[in-house]
Amino acid sequence: MNYLDEFRNKALVQKTVAKIHALSKKKITLMEVCGGHTMVIQKTGIPGLLPETITLISGPGCPVCVTDHKFIDTAIAYARQKNVMIATFGDLMRVPGSSSSLNAEKAQGADIRVVYSSLDALHLARQHPEKKVIFLAIGFETTAPGNAVAIREAQRHQLDNFLVLSAHKRMPPAMSAIIREGVRINGYIAPGHVSTITGADIYRFIPEQYHLPVVVSGFEPLDILQSILLLVKQAEKDEARVEIQYQRVVSPKGNVKAQNIVNEVFEPEDSWWRGLGILPESGLKIKPAYKTHDALIQLPINVPETKEPRGCICGEILKGLKKPSDCRLFGTLCTPVSPVGACMVSNEGACQALFRYRMRGD
Amino acid sequence: MTEKILLGHGSGGKMTHQLIQEVFLSHFDNDILSVQSDAAIFPHTSNNHLAMTTDSYVVNPISFPGGDIGKLAVCGTVNDLAVSGARPLYLAASFIIEEGFPVADLITVVESMSNEAQKAGVSIVAGDTKVVNRGMCDKLFITTTGFGDLTADRHHIASGRHIHPGDVILINGPIADHGMAVLSAREGLDNNGAIQSDCTSLNHLIQTVLEAGINIRFMRDATRGGLATVMAEVARSATVGIELSEAAIPMQEPTRGLCELLGYDPLFVANEGKVVMIVDGHQKEPVLNIMQNHPDGRHTTIIGEVTHDHPGMVVLNTSIGGRRILDMLSGEQLPRIC
Repeated sequence: MNYLDEFRNKALVQKTVAKIHALSKKKITLMEVCGGHTMVIQKTGIPGLLPETITLISGPGCPVCVTDHKFIDTAIAYARQKNVMIATFGDLMRVPGSSSSLNAEKAQGADIRVVYSSLDALHLARQHPEKKVIFLAIGFETTAPGNAVAIREAQRHQLDNFLVLSAHKRMPPAMSAIIREGVRINGYIAPGHVSTITGADIYRFIPEQYHLPVVVSGFEPLDILQSILLLVKQAEKDEARVEIQYQRVVSPKGNVKAQNIVNEVFEPEDSWWRGLGILPESGLKIKPAYKTHDALIQLPINVPETKEPRGCICGEILKGLKKPSDCRLFGTLCTPVSPVGACMVSNEGACQALFRYRMRGD
Repeated sequence: MTEKILLGHGSGGKMTHQLIQEVFLSHFDNDILSVQSDAAIFPHTSNNHLAMTTDSYVVNPISFPGGDIGKLAVCGTVNDLAVSGARPLYLAASFIIEEGFPVADLITVVESMSNEAQKAGVSIVAGDTKVVNRGMCDKLFITTTGFGDLTADRHHIASGRHIHPGDVILINGPIADHGMAVLSAREGLDNNGAIQSDCTSLNHLIQTVLEAGINIRFMRDATRGGLATVMAEVARSATVGIELSEAAIPMQEPTRGLCELLGYDPLFVANEGKVVMIVDGHQKEPVLNIMQNHPDGRHTTIIGEVTHDHPGMVVLNTSIGGRRILDMLSGEQLPRIC
């Protein structure tokens, strides 16, 4: 397959791995921020190819994992209302809230539809004028533009029954919070898709303020290995700068048109992250001009107090302070079939990726 | 178990296994059922045994590129018998039809059942019809039950008790076509017919291999749950290890592309015309030869082997040279968010 097979070429992989082995002397820990990277790393077996000097840890880049319990509880409360249809990405279905999940609510009869994009949700609103269609908008800078377009389209066509429950997150505040929290990392493998929208310049504060190298990486195994090689080179020379490995897609300035649409519909707000707490300006809320489509404004709702699961260390895992295998629930009480914490729910969650793909003894 | 049945209980993965163990096996348990193979095997005469199986078909949409619910209802049940080493003979078919379903569509489905039965060499000898109120079922559900006969030298195939380290693992062609063809039809993902379901009866291919004297240790058709689930089941029940080579697993480009696009792992996507065969390693050349010369096995490849190492576990050697484990699916497969 063009543009994929080239980046999975075994001979090139072996060459890159050999270079990493030859160059890597210092013991370093690299954090892959994005859940998509976590999945590829585990799925293709990259950890077993690296020298012992390099440790990879997973960061807070899985949208399902960092979304708080209160969001799920709110969605469930909406799902239980009459004349409401919930439109959601499939991943959210199995996330446990305080006392239920969307999956369980669907089995009880709630009208919950899995969609592939916000435009599918918009389509549902058009087809079902008798219902309030609430789209659960989670995700990072990558998904925000598409969701902004859906809100703008709804406004333009006066589809007032299309509502959005927004829990969008912005990546840079979380990346600096992790360093400030004292997580010991020596470099970031920065998210490729987020950077396609935002541009790589948003990470420049990381080398400038914290003297840490950042490499924006693509999603194929060779992309990730090449990014690791670039980070190793910087670390060995004690350099710190932003580099773009994923040059076929990412530029320093990003997709300005998409940024403008996001800025037109959303504005930054303080937001709660699982494991990191409230981070200033780390979320996106709908601007007053588009409040017709803001679920929280149009359909105010009381949500019972949120309960976090006991014993779950998703928070520490998302910060890279602990590994999934450090959790006493991992693989026993918490499995992909009956997940306790969000990191076990999502395909991109650190716990599920490790549970599914690890070699015993890892 | 959860309090209510969830869609994941029908995925063929871990939740399905849990449902079968905790609800069905715990109530129906007996020596024949507890083998948990694709078909039940029980004595008939002193030399011959009978194999029996049943399966319900609820595919949506009922017609898709490469087949329809009728073709599927025949070849799915024929294949469950054939992979048990049996010679499929007779089928019974039950129809649950939704009020308002067009008779012309029903005739189309029945015609394709008749065609597939003829091709497979089985007769549909009994049946039942129920019509339910509109909304009580989705257009048409079909259940088929099949009987076949099984000679004494093939009893071991269904249980896999003869699987041995050094055996090789084969598959008769590209994976994931059925699941992705049905998904495309359901979601309106137009790919100009590039992805066709592989649904077909495999009994002739399997008979050819058996009659050539190949020592087949085990077979299973890689339907719901895909190739990965079959391999995980084998490793678990046979207490051997399995090594698969990702690069050797055949796939058609359009199917691979659609899986990549949607974030589906093709190893877990359903097939309806693929048999996974475990064969004595000494016979790998002749079995490859026989299968590749049969129209239903032209693209047969060896995809792995049975090992002493890591008993109970399936290890996939990834195409880039890494290694990881393959386990059953938990819940349904979901497309990626971003």
